Amino acid sequence: MAFLHVQKTTNRLKGLKNNRSLIPYLLLAPGLIWLSIFFIFPILQLGATSTKTPAGEIGFFEQTYRFQNYIDAFLASKEQFYRSFLYATLATILALAIAYPLAYAIAFKSGRYKNILLVMVIAPFFTSFLLRTIAWKQILGEEGPVVSALRAVSIIGDTTSITATPFAVVTGLTYNFLPFMTLPLYASLERIDPRTMEAAGDLYANGLTTFRKVTLPLSMPGVVAGTLLTFIPAAGDYINAAILGDPKSKMLGNVIDAYYFRIVDYPTAAALSFMLMAAILILVTFYIRRAGTEELV
Amino acid sequence: MAQDASTSARGDLILRNLTKTFGDFVAVDDLSLTIAKGSFFALLGPSGCGKTTTLRMIAGLEEPTSGSIHVGTTDITDMRPYQRPVNTVFQNYALFPHLSIYENIAFGLRRRGISNDLIKEQVDKVLNLVELPQLAQRKPGQLSGGQQQRIAVARAIVNRPALLLLDEPLGALDLKLRRQMQIELKWIQTEIGITFVHVTHDQEEAMTMADTIAVMNNGKIEQMGSPDDLYDSPKTAFVANFLGQSNLIPGTVSGNDGDNLIVDLHGNKIAMPKRRSSATGASILAGIRPEKFRIAPEGKGATGNVLTGGVVSDISYIGVSTQYQVEMPWGKELMVFEQNDDDSDFLKKGEKVVLSWEPMFTFGLDGSQDASAGAH
Repeated sequence: MAFLHVQKTTNRLKGLKNNRSLIPYLLLAPGLIWLSIFFIFPILQLGATSTKTPAGEIGFFEQTYRFQNYIDAFLASKEQFYRSFLYATLATILALAIAYPLAYAIAFKSGRYKNILLVMVIAPFFTSFLLRTIAWKQILGEEGPVVSALRAVSIIGDTTSITATPFAVVTGLTYNFLPFMTLPLYASLERIDPRTMEAAGDLYANGLTTFRKVTLPLSMPGVVAGTLLTFIPAAGDYINAAILGDPKSKMLGNVIDAYYFRIVDYPTAAALSFMLMAAILILVTFYIRRAGTEELV
Repeated sequence: MAQDASTSARGDLILRNLTKTFGDFVAVDDLSLTIAKGSFFALLGPSGCGKTTTLRMIAGLEEPTSGSIHVGTTDITDMRPYQRPVNTVFQNYALFPHLSIYENIAFGLRRRGISNDLIKEQVDKVLNLVELPQLAQRKPGQLSGGQQQRIAVARAIVNRPALLLLDEPLGALDLKLRRQMQIELKWIQTEIGITFVHVTHDQEEAMTMADTIAVMNNGKIEQMGSPDDLYDSPKTAFVANFLGQSNLIPGTVSGNDGDNLIVDLHGNKIAMPKRRSSATGASILAGIRPEKFRIAPEGKGATGNVLTGGVVSDISYIGVSTQYQVEMPWGKELMVFEQNDDDSDFLKKGEKVVLSWEPMFTFGLDGSQDASAGAH
């Protein structure tokens, strides 16, 4: 639709010498150029690579349009495929459970501490993603506070570790993407007129019903945006699994990484990347349809 | 439970020694008030006078620091908002933007577990009452301000509360629509017979709609009464200035003449009915409404109370009337409204004039007050 609209205006543009009608295109230009160079071109390249087959020397491939690559790649890595989506889903649910009360408190209950709390939510971004994940490993490590505390109260035994487990990977993902969940939630909660909540109370809804019937539906745009911003990068992430996981908790990102940089099998890596992208796109489309955001935003 | 509360408690609304403080600020100060069942009651005052806080305490959205609130014999002071037999029309309406108009109105009924058939019947009825049945399936965002206002009223009255609270409900509407809604709200109130408590800073709105007005200032009620009572016999300078306009001239009581007090206003002796004076000492503020003055060029005959030596300092022609500012010898300006109902020539700026009025139109206030309190 939007594309058709652009075409229509382009046609109209040919007959026009009015400078003002060019302004939207000038505004779009930097983004379009940037995306063409750094997104569209590489993706075409990636698509081309995904159907190549090895040609003699390692690292050299020729185009044979072998779509079987996709099936082979999927069959070889389907376990990591499922795992990526499982971990990303778990991390998204956990992040939502943590971020919603947090965003709610910042939006409605924080008074003059609102700005400080928002800065604290963003503060982790001041250090690198990699560094934070390594720090997380320290925290969950053998001598770290979490293990010591859990052992002290006998929740885990002396021989049980937390690092190199799926648990560590999921908590790492949750931790790293929490701000992406919190900020859109905060933004949509903050936009709600508190008087609509008072009105619900005035109309015989108790606290829980008010939340269910008014606050939650009105914050759905934030829930949808937050879950997408968490789920999409989490599904493609490989740093958390690489640093916090073990071979049994590897995600698809780690597999792609291995095909590219260790096995030097570019076609398989490219095919996996494409499948990951397609799977995310399908899931997200389905999700947005279900959530009915068009009506809400 | 909620259903019980909303149907059982009926009767007068009684506020006893109601106080609300925010830190050091006393928003509502030891307020006691009885609002008769079925009346249209207005709380009128400038912003920050405590009227909205009072309303929010009645709705249960604000907890009183001390005091009690009763509806009839039921103490609702400690009830949660959803347990009270009270519904509110919020400022800016607070309609639920994600729900259709139908569901907005049905919201309260659904919470009380009423059957779908009955809900439909009642929602349709109230939509007809506010004359917007065609909008049932729209979303609030698709409605004009006036329509949203009516839906907000419908959403509240469909629950048949003992008490309907209206928090500056017409503030966001333009003047013409506001006039129209004033008449409609009054009509709806008469039609359904629910007690309306209306908070407003607009004195004209309060006077048009309410049976009884309480003028609030600094967390207290300055004066309470019917609109004409408040207008004709204000008891404080604040009420005299806030409800319409008043000329308050400081003077001293110099004598007695049967039913009248004789008051000396900067050397002019005037008469004032004793029953219209609330002053106790010799120091007094003589009050005259601008439309009660007669204005004439100097030298023409004047009867009744007379003030001489005025000079016209400003004239504004309003159409039905002409408003004169008259500078008096003692340096203060008086406001005079003259009906444009004869063909006498307009007075000119700088012209010397005599002001006169019938003694019975004079009211007296305690002289210790600030004569400009509550002036617009």
